[in-house]
Amino acid sequence: MYKNLRWKLVIISAVFVVFFAVGVYPVLAGHYHWPVPAALQAKALKLGLDLKGGVELRMRVNTDDALKTTTTSTAEAVRAALASANLTPTITVTAPTSFRVEGVPSDRSQAFHSAADELTQNDYDANALPGGVYQFTMKPNIERDQREQAVDQTMQTIDRRVNELGVVEPSIARQSNNEELLIQMPGVSDVAHAKEIIGKTAQLEFKLVEAGPGSKEDLLKQYNGNLPGDLEIVPGSGGDTSGAFYVVKKIAPVTGADLRAAKPGLDENNQPAVHFELKPSGAPKFGKLSGENIGRYLAIVLDNKVISAPRLDGRITDQGRISGGFTAETANDLALTLRSGALPASLTSLEENVVGPSLGADSIRAGVLASAVGMFLIIAFMLIYYKLSGINAAVALICNLIILLGLMAYIGATMTLPGIAGFVLTMGVGVDSNVLIFERIKEEIAAQRGVRAAINAGFSRVFLTLLDTHVASLIAAAFLFQFGTGPIRGFATTLSIGLFVNLFTSIFVSKTLYEFELSKRQVPALSI
Amino acid sequence: MHIFKNPNFDFVRWKWQAIAVSWVIILAGVFQIWTKGMPKGVEFSGGTIVLVRFQQTPNVDRVRQALPGSGANAVVQAYGDPAQHEVSIRVHSTGAEQGTALSTTADAVVEALNKNGLGPIEGTCGPQKPFNCVSGRRVVGPTVGAELQQRGVLATVFALAGILVYIAFRFRFSFAVGAVVATIHDLLITLTFLAFFKYELSLNVIAALLTITGYSMNDTIVIYDRIRENMRSMRRDNLATIVNAAVNEMLDRTMITGGLTLLSVIALFIFGGEVLKGFAFTMIVGIITGTYSSVFIAAAIVLIWQGKTPVKVAPAAPAAPVGKAAGKAANKSGKRRAS
Repeated sequence: MYKNLRWKLVIISAVFVVFFAVGVYPVLAGHYHWPVPAALQAKALKLGLDLKGGVELRMRVNTDDALKTTTTSTAEAVRAALASANLTPTITVTAPTSFRVEGVPSDRSQAFHSAADELTQNDYDANALPGGVYQFTMKPNIERDQREQAVDQTMQTIDRRVNELGVVEPSIARQSNNEELLIQMPGVSDVAHAKEIIGKTAQLEFKLVEAGPGSKEDLLKQYNGNLPGDLEIVPGSGGDTSGAFYVVKKIAPVTGADLRAAKPGLDENNQPAVHFELKPSGAPKFGKLSGENIGRYLAIVLDNKVISAPRLDGRITDQGRISGGFTAETANDLALTLRSGALPASLTSLEENVVGPSLGADSIRAGVLASAVGMFLIIAFMLIYYKLSGINAAVALICNLIILLGLMAYIGATMTLPGIAGFVLTMGVGVDSNVLIFERIKEEIAAQRGVRAAINAGFSRVFLTLLDTHVASLIAAAFLFQFGTGPIRGFATTLSIGLFVNLFTSIFVSKTLYEFELSKRQVPALSI
Repeated sequence: MHIFKNPNFDFVRWKWQAIAVSWVIILAGVFQIWTKGMPKGVEFSGGTIVLVRFQQTPNVDRVRQALPGSGANAVVQAYGDPAQHEVSIRVHSTGAEQGTALSTTADAVVEALNKNGLGPIEGTCGPQKPFNCVSGRRVVGPTVGAELQQRGVLATVFALAGILVYIAFRFRFSFAVGAVVATIHDLLITLTFLAFFKYELSLNVIAALLTITGYSMNDTIVIYDRIRENMRSMRRDNLATIVNAAVNEMLDRTMITGGLTLLSVIALFIFGGEVLKGFAFTMIVGIITGTYSSVFIAAAIVLIWQGKTPVKVAPAAPAAPVGKAAGKAANKSGKRRAS
């Protein structure tokens, strides 16, 4: 009658051993310093930041910045092309995705098109307005791609920076609405420094000084109050340049992207400075810039501020040095950010979370204690109320929890504090399946059925009820996952996995245990 | 062993009284929330929370006085295990969202404590530094809160709608209405208790509310399942008798499951730590009201909704041998289970 029994018991034991090895053993071993095989260690259950301690930052990437950079450089390229065709219209960037050209004489529109079209037609829609005005707007698909790229690039840059900071197992994830990033740095507690490093745009540009340093008014006066369109006034920052302004070109011939390496060091006055080396592709550009302009001043612009403006004394091709009122620490930070590349867009902080290691450890302790107490109470009740059948429920419950932990570890789900709450809840809801089955068996026995028939009826009749209740709970958990963030998703994950596992243990494991009991001898009465 | 030996309570007779009691509680809650407002956690309202561990628990008022602006609008409370001498300080403002300025308010709080002789508070608490340190900090900018609130509401609405459709498909529409009404009832009563006991609406509490949605449905479905079964075996009886019988038959199970789940969340409430207090409290109320509503409300709604219309039951299926019943369930009527 129970010919499959042996196989069922083998399957259950195998499942139990495997999930115990994956989900529970590494955790216990970590606690008691037992040896763990590397393969298991790699799969060990991951703890969320709220348990491990660390810093969590939620930031929005202002992708408009990246679009504006693209639009500005396109507009400047158009300006240069038009200038060589003897056209000098006014060109203004009106929005991150659009710029406007005004004052093209009607008889020169042919020349305008031959100069501008090649530069713009791939990425921009041109719209000719009356009076020689042209409005260029970025094509929607290009805009989408650019935003996408900006977020990707930001993630990669932040990843490099966080790694340079020496954070172990950082996680940088894109949030549902695509322009938000969740940056988790376990074990970090110096938020201010981490934020400084992550949030620094680090757009480094080398531009020739056209005029300055001086006050804004004086500089404007040199241009009769009317600054040419391709120039801009940039403030100085720190050291020798503070309080002064400089006139520079909008577009830089050499940028941070041309650097190969950067490291902190000292300048000729023994002040902290950043030494850099140029990429093979950047060296000729820098050589041309410095060689053709000996005697002029070169503004080193970081995030739109001039940090220093040294005189060019000779041709520089492969390496250089930036100094400008650094401390050893700021020089170190700048070198780090330059090495990891610039952010294509600025960041907006939305949320910031710091969990100290003590707080995390307390949460783990509290969660484990609550789980242990809950489990003890439930098992005690089941043993008292259902007598020997209570053992069956206890085995199913423990099996349930071990498979749950093992499965979570295996699929790489993260255990959070709300996840522990889900774990505790799974015990309560999980034991419900056993209660339903046992109560049904009792009813069947009361209706004068034999033990075997009562057990079979108990399981088969309750199956549909369990299916209905579990599907309904899964629907709720699915929406919780869909709309939840961070730790709440951890809760929804634990709960959903718990529901699936529960169906397996309460029906398959529990029934097999009864079959095992029945197969041993003729059971006269059931202890329930 | 039984909790109730052959129970035969007339639950259905008390349906109007039960509904009246529920309305009184819910209206009291609505009044409370209308006049006093629902306290919102920092995730929803935006703001700054700083958890500080001191060497000796300082007077809460003294901490408040020390804060910038003498602590107007600040909430200062003892937090967690008293042995930790921990204080939670909440202010409703944050720094600017631009760049790295978001946490300036949090820094200002710590600075103010130090300036007023409550420090020196330095660094983050860890094994090397057990006190006079910041053990945790949470800063939520104003734009996040609105979005989260919307997501919480959406999650609840979608979950309810999803379950409504599922039950209507598996049982019948009046059952689905009963289950959804009972669940909304549980959510409202739980919110009422949260408001009266001054628990903040946090993300964890929202998670608990959604869990209650699932739990309450779970409880209701178990009873519906028995009603559906009894509709077949008790075809001569009227719906009220059928419903009563089902509720009574399931009473042991309802009490045991409710009690055990309650035990596990009470363990969570007592031992689970400060962060999970709100979650555990919500679950405690939710489980009690969920159990109550599945006994008194859900079935009553089915009765009221069905009114006097005679109960239609699919033609009697031959008493199928046990064990095959489950397998054949789907192909007979598509929706109803033979038994």
